[in-house]
Amino acid sequence: MSATGKKLQEARALLNPVLGEGRRLTHCPLGHVAVDSALHGGLVRGALHEIFAGDASASGFTICAAQRANAGKRMLWVAQDFSAIEHGALSPCGLAELGIDPERLFLLRAADAADALRAGVDALSCSGLGVVIMELIGNPKVLDLVASRRLVLAAQQKNVTAFLLRQAAVAEPSAAQTRWQIRSLPSAATHDWGMPRFDAELVRNRQGETGHWVMEWSCDDGVFRKPDDQAAHSGAVVRTSADGSLAAALRIAG
Amino acid sequence: MALASARAMVCELAVAEADEAADAKLLGAIADWCDRFTPFVAIDGVDGLLLDVTGATHLFGGEVAMLKTVRDAIMRQGFTVRAAFAGTAAAARALARYADGKIAAPEMEAEAVAFLPVAALDLASADTHALRRAGLKTIAQVAGRTRAELTARFGKEMVFKLERALGQSEKPLSPRRILPDYMAEHRFAEPVTAADFIADSILALAQSLCRLMEERGQGARLLEASFFRSDGALRHIALETARPLREPAIIARLFRERLDALAEPIDPGFGFDLIRLGALYAERLVPESIGLEARPDDDKEIAFLIDRLAARFGSHRILAFQPQDTHIPEAAGIAVPAQHAPDCKLNWEARVPAEAPRRPIRMLAKPEAIEVMAQIPDGPPLRFRWRRVLHAVARAEGPERIAMEWWKNQNPQPTRDYFRVEDDAGRRFWLYRDGLYGREQFVPRWYVHGLFA
Repeated sequence: MSATGKKLQEARALLNPVLGEGRRLTHCPLGHVAVDSALHGGLVRGALHEIFAGDASASGFTICAAQRANAGKRMLWVAQDFSAIEHGALSPCGLAELGIDPERLFLLRAADAADALRAGVDALSCSGLGVVIMELIGNPKVLDLVASRRLVLAAQQKNVTAFLLRQAAVAEPSAAQTRWQIRSLPSAATHDWGMPRFDAELVRNRQGETGHWVMEWSCDDGVFRKPDDQAAHSGAVVRTSADGSLAAALRIAG
Repeated sequence: MALASARAMVCELAVAEADEAADAKLLGAIADWCDRFTPFVAIDGVDGLLLDVTGATHLFGGEVAMLKTVRDAIMRQGFTVRAAFAGTAAAARALARYADGKIAAPEMEAEAVAFLPVAALDLASADTHALRRAGLKTIAQVAGRTRAELTARFGKEMVFKLERALGQSEKPLSPRRILPDYMAEHRFAEPVTAADFIADSILALAQSLCRLMEERGQGARLLEASFFRSDGALRHIALETARPLREPAIIARLFRERLDALAEPIDPGFGFDLIRLGALYAERLVPESIGLEARPDDDKEIAFLIDRLAARFGSHRILAFQPQDTHIPEAAGIAVPAQHAPDCKLNWEARVPAEAPRRPIRMLAKPEAIEVMAQIPDGPPLRFRWRRVLHAVARAEGPERIAMEWWKNQNPQPTRDYFRVEDDAGRRFWLYRDGLYGREQFVPRWYVHGLFA
């Protein structure tokens, strides 16, 4: 091997941990077959996943996805003080009803976004945790590309999965592995009151394709599913919004 | 002497009103400053300090040298000092006030105080006067009378005071601050200012503190670092831990976090001449038994993380959830500081299998009033307006009637009828009607209490 080639290889070896390449990725399946296949087996553990909230259901989606990625460890939810006033405080009884043990979740109330991010990076270095969720409101200045890169590095180090729940925010460049847009979805016409159902749009996926699915969280089994009544349909399902116009075409894969 | 007669004698007399509160504050500051000699400092009356220097004199080169050090240091700050040493607090107090600079040899207090006036006994002024009238001018003369005589005339308390002054009995002092269970300190020949140096000395102090605790099998739950500035300013920084802690590296790291996060950073000024690290409260450190399934490393890591976050952001900000024995929705599960979370005997209410969540994932801190249009008084709403947005209800489940705890409140609160409703976009809300139509309220109000996933 030439000297240059050797040097190049050395440089690569040095940079690999920084770039996250050459790392063996572990995936945790969400349970929804089509989503898992788009993600090559599920959410990547020890990476950053960004979830943009369309409404309150995004909190539910985040905690459920976190539960899948958690591998039985403890979780930490970092929230700004303002979010309890604006979006409501996380309710332990509600968590228990979703099939998530509230005692395995810690809550950190941060005064502002800067504190929340600092706490998040610190918590990601704790191997006792499986998941760290940071809930941020709007587009704080401190959350730039550098900050999200820092989160990714911290997540990789101890293989703790990081979730950023973005309330009332617009998408910006970030180092996240995946980016989701979550809205709630009406229950099936046949059921009165069913399991929580999400209109999940995978807007960005570093590993491959994006998509748009209907996902239902099964509180008993703790997995995401494709809703039963969706199986009857084939092809596109058209969803109408409140004002009656065509809002979004859902691609039902699989 | 009356002010008028004093003025008549010295016409250019300057007069200032006594400010007792300020005097007490100043005495407190001097007491804080005296912490550098011993952690056991008590306040005596309005103008005295008592320092228990048991086991500390050798650090200052013996009694004579220590007395001189204390006196010189306080005098340099512009105060007049009278000081004395004795085996009991009362004897030392009497000597300081009436025989400045005296050092009573051990067990020789009675001789040392013998020729002091009876006023040194700190009796009520009527008693002092009565003793003088009886011709008992010195403590030795009082001590010469039999105890029975004195008790009959002046009461038990006077005899106790006499015995204490003679060094025959001791009354425990109450120190101003909690005395640390374990303590380590560094005195610097030259005041230090460099942050690195301060961090290093905290690590070194933590190491000696942990050695002390190891001998007794204990770990610290409450730590305090005290920074004594050379100009007399003193700053205490306290730190709590979630479990007994005996690892120097972790203690040093927690203090680093705490010092970084201080709203008002410690200001070395011209430098610190003493740094002290104390374990104010220590508990038995039980060696962990390693179960087959438990992951002790995980628990340890979590406890360290919680301490770290609490040190940086405050222990009221890192919380754990605990169930409560009540059916009131907002009180059924509470968030308590994770560092102090006691073991909980209650269990979370088990969910009903195959049933969709009955409780919302997010609850508003305060239920928010909404405008509602309902078809029938007792039924769910058809439409409601919350935060200026009109929601049309597509599905509703309920009511779930929750009565308030009448046995706890004097004024019974209205019963709440809860409804789970879904609007046409699929957003799910938890609404309630405050009170029953006609019975409890004439026109009950409606509220949003939570949001479902």
